[in-house]
Amino acid sequence: MDLSPIWLTLKLAAITTLILLLIGLPLAWWLSKKRSLVKIIIEAIITMPLVLPPSVLGFYLLLAFSPQHGFGHWLQQTFNVQFVFSFKGLVLASIIYSMPFMISPVKSAFQQLPVSLSQASYTLGKTQWQTFWHVLLPNIKPSLLTAVVLTFAHTLGEFGVVLMIGGNIPGVTRVASIAVYDSVEQRDYAAANNYSLILFAITFVMVLSVFIYNKYQAKSPLE
Amino acid sequence: MIAVDIEKKLKAYNGLQVLRIKKDFLPGDITRITGPSGAGKTTFLKMIAGLIAPDSGIIKTNSVTWFEGAQKINLSPQQRRVGFVFQDYALFPNMTVKEHLEYATSDTEWINRLLHIGGLQTFAGHRPGHLSGGQQQRLAIMRALAIKPKLLLMDEPFSALDLKIKSALIKDLQILFTELGATALIVSHNPQELDGVSRDELEIF
Repeated sequence: MDLSPIWLTLKLAAITTLILLLIGLPLAWWLSKKRSLVKIIIEAIITMPLVLPPSVLGFYLLLAFSPQHGFGHWLQQTFNVQFVFSFKGLVLASIIYSMPFMISPVKSAFQQLPVSLSQASYTLGKTQWQTFWHVLLPNIKPSLLTAVVLTFAHTLGEFGVVLMIGGNIPGVTRVASIAVYDSVEQRDYAAANNYSLILFAITFVMVLSVFIYNKYQAKSPLE
Repeated sequence: MIAVDIEKKLKAYNGLQVLRIKKDFLPGDITRITGPSGAGKTTFLKMIAGLIAPDSGIIKTNSVTWFEGAQKINLSPQQRRVGFVFQDYALFPNMTVKEHLEYATSDTEWINRLLHIGGLQTFAGHRPGHLSGGQQQRLAIMRALAIKPKLLLMDEPFSALDLKIKSALIKDLQILFTELGATALIVSHNPQELDGVSRDELEIF
């Protein structure tokens, strides 16, 4: 059995989760503070992939990054970067597609922390950054872990978006979910079953671990 | 001296009400702040600490202006460095008793003294979740003192303490305040609590 789709999927999920962690933490923190119309609109845009058919998102991404059209053409000409039918494109699509899974739990966790925690830290002379690092972040650890695992697991299971923007290029964009579809199309049910089982096992173990961790840890140290 | 002359609109059950406070607090004085619930006592303390901005007016200490609406001066809480005891304690769930004090200061001698005054030495390695209400409140007071503030704002700081512990602690705090040359503003509902300790009183209504 060709294991490269599995490795490619794991690589995609790991890179996506790492980038989303870096973007998502400050973004969720910013969104958790005082609400404004701009924030509500941004939050709605971030949440869209949860309700939009993945093929719709993939179609628009394909249009936006196609080297034949405006923005994609400009990227190709100026930086020689092409997102369509490349691993880079998969990463970009996955980041957009999985963003609500990172942002939403982290934002809720920040909002549940009493505002007096930050205020107490400020009166001790600490900056916003020191407060974020030493006070806020350690107190949302369980939610952060949930967000990381959900993002990773969700990226493993992507299909529609990935197929639209990445296609089915072995070793480049042929991730496990596409390999399953492809195997079924070719009536190679044994291969389809193998890929499916591996995906099922990995995701199940991850989700189960989070449930076990959250059972033994208080969901939030403040509860 | 801290000179306060500020205004702030507050939401109340019967619509908006205006909180107006004009008062000078003398250095080293302990002032008891009283008033009904919802009158704005906590808001007043937070405005002095720089955690909430007044709508207009001025807050001045000796030569430094902390807030002046007309000039758009508004120093941050970090610049004001006021010791603040929050009504809900605002302890950090991830830190032990000792880590709370270490977060505020690196002076180990001072930390040990505060642990002793707060009666918290044996609990130095405990997190707030494993402390009693009274211990949590004493930790909140000690953390505020850790930065050796010149001004201390305390919001119902003794409400969870029994009489014996309270009177011993207040005695120790008086000594510390004198040593630090600290001015203290203490919100208190209990009329007898600060008898013989506070020299001044401010009623907010």
